[in-house]
Amino acid sequence: MTTHPYTLAELCIAQCAEVWRGEGEVLATGIGVIPRTAAGLARLSFNPDLLMTDGEAYLLAEPVALGPRRARDPLVEGWMPYSRTFDLLWGGRRHALVGPVQVDRFGQMNISVVGDYAKPKAAILGARGFPGNSISHANSIFVPNHSTRVFVAGEVDMVCSAGYNPQRWPEGKVPSTLRIGRMITDLGVLDFGAANHAVRLLSVHPGVTVAQVQEATGFPIVVQAETPVTPAPTDEQLALIRERLDPRNLRGTVFKGDPPGDRR
Amino acid sequence: MNKKMTAADVVAQLRDGMTIGIGGWATRRKPMALVREILRSPLCDLTVVSYGGPDVGLLAAAGKLRKLIFGFVSLDVLPLDMHFRNARQAGAFEVMELDEGMVQLGLRAAAMRVPFLPTPVGLGTDVVARNPSIRLVRSPYHDASTLVAMPALRLDAALLHVTEADERGNSVILSPDPFFDDLMGRAAERVYVSCEQIVATAKICNHDRARYQPFERSVVTGVVETPFGAHPTAGVPGYGIDIDHLKEYNAATTPEAWAAYRARYVDLPSHDDYLAAVGGRLRINSIPPPVY
Repeated sequence: MTTHPYTLAELCIAQCAEVWRGEGEVLATGIGVIPRTAAGLARLSFNPDLLMTDGEAYLLAEPVALGPRRARDPLVEGWMPYSRTFDLLWGGRRHALVGPVQVDRFGQMNISVVGDYAKPKAAILGARGFPGNSISHANSIFVPNHSTRVFVAGEVDMVCSAGYNPQRWPEGKVPSTLRIGRMITDLGVLDFGAANHAVRLLSVHPGVTVAQVQEATGFPIVVQAETPVTPAPTDEQLALIRERLDPRNLRGTVFKGDPPGDRR
Repeated sequence: MNKKMTAADVVAQLRDGMTIGIGGWATRRKPMALVREILRSPLCDLTVVSYGGPDVGLLAAAGKLRKLIFGFVSLDVLPLDMHFRNARQAGAFEVMELDEGMVQLGLRAAAMRVPFLPTPVGLGTDVVARNPSIRLVRSPYHDASTLVAMPALRLDAALLHVTEADERGNSVILSPDPFFDDLMGRAAERVYVSCEQIVATAKICNHDRARYQPFERSVVTGVVETPFGAHPTAGVPGYGIDIDHLKEYNAATTPEAWAAYRARYVDLPSHDDYLAAVGGRLRINSIPPPVY
């Protein structure tokens, strides 16, 4: 139940946390303020079995607040250097929440280059671990700026993360280990649950219309007869976010002007 | 065997056109003193294998790269390295862009002296489609699945930065993550290890610390003492990432600014001069370890 006003960032955190519901004892990797806070929220509210790291080389027995650590060092429960992270992730027991630069209708993602591959308009990071992540374990997506620049028509410029595109796979067979979870954006929540893994709109955030979401997406999305409104974060979730996970309000810097979650 | 040498000795043993692996990860434990020595030398036409940070950016800005074999280049806290970015956008060097795990497998294959290691990683993506030199194989077992044959990444030389070493090449990495320095060492013909301090064997090799050794001394060709040799990247325990310096480095993108950066921090007579230029040992020592 929600009695307090909440921000768009807090709404997104609560929705992002949902990607780890029912996922069991997997490594939750969330990169960036909202995904990371969301992983902590999932761990504290409905999936106490999640594994989490400090972002460096240790597994933590408790979620840590974002920003400089003032009180004490967090309780460590294990060692997780990069070599072990690859051992773990190739085994599949991980669910990552990532922030790609481009996403297409197949769930293929790009964080490498935008534009021509030889002389790109924008060189970003490189493929990083996206190819291995995508074929090994579940991945969900957070997009803070839902637009046709992110959700592109056609394919992404450089396929870093594999998706449900049969033409990209040997013999046209998408492997069973490929699983793309939800996409949480500043406009709504989507997944790849329609026929043939087409993108479907699960909910729109309060004050956002279905037409707005479709307009901001470079490919057709499957829409239900009545699209639900994304539920508000509960008071308990808001307390965990504000007091425990992000007391310095770094989430307030994610969206310009830190808008309210209910834009009606 | 005494393997102690200077950074200049190391670079004198490298040749134009070599394939060089650089240890560490992004902004952590990069052998930056050795990289700056390459910038001061005429060495060129290099193929570099790296989990890239400012090592790649410096080499790109100085026009030393013929080819980059990589999964990413990042300054972590500042996500984009502008020197890498500008050179990549200009098409200044060839790229073999891989998944981070494929880089590891390529190094491991070289270390094992096999031509490739099979993996599903890369299937369905452009890291295979954009790298025609990477072939697929079919499993000879009942599954008959199609796999990527990640080719061995053989290195002519590896440049690594460790915490301590002795003159014989025994070394320890006391920072929280050893990364893939061990595989780079084994994948390379010649392995040059810079360290915070050269110490006596007795200090390196007690039973508690032996587990922090990345490889045995027979892997190592040369040992260079470079206190704060990973700066501006982190050399934990000891010093964190010098974010202020990385910001200055990352902003030096115009030809004039880059020339000024080089003059101030690279084209110096000695490593001691570098340490003085970046604010001195006390200042570096006071940089806190990073919090991620």
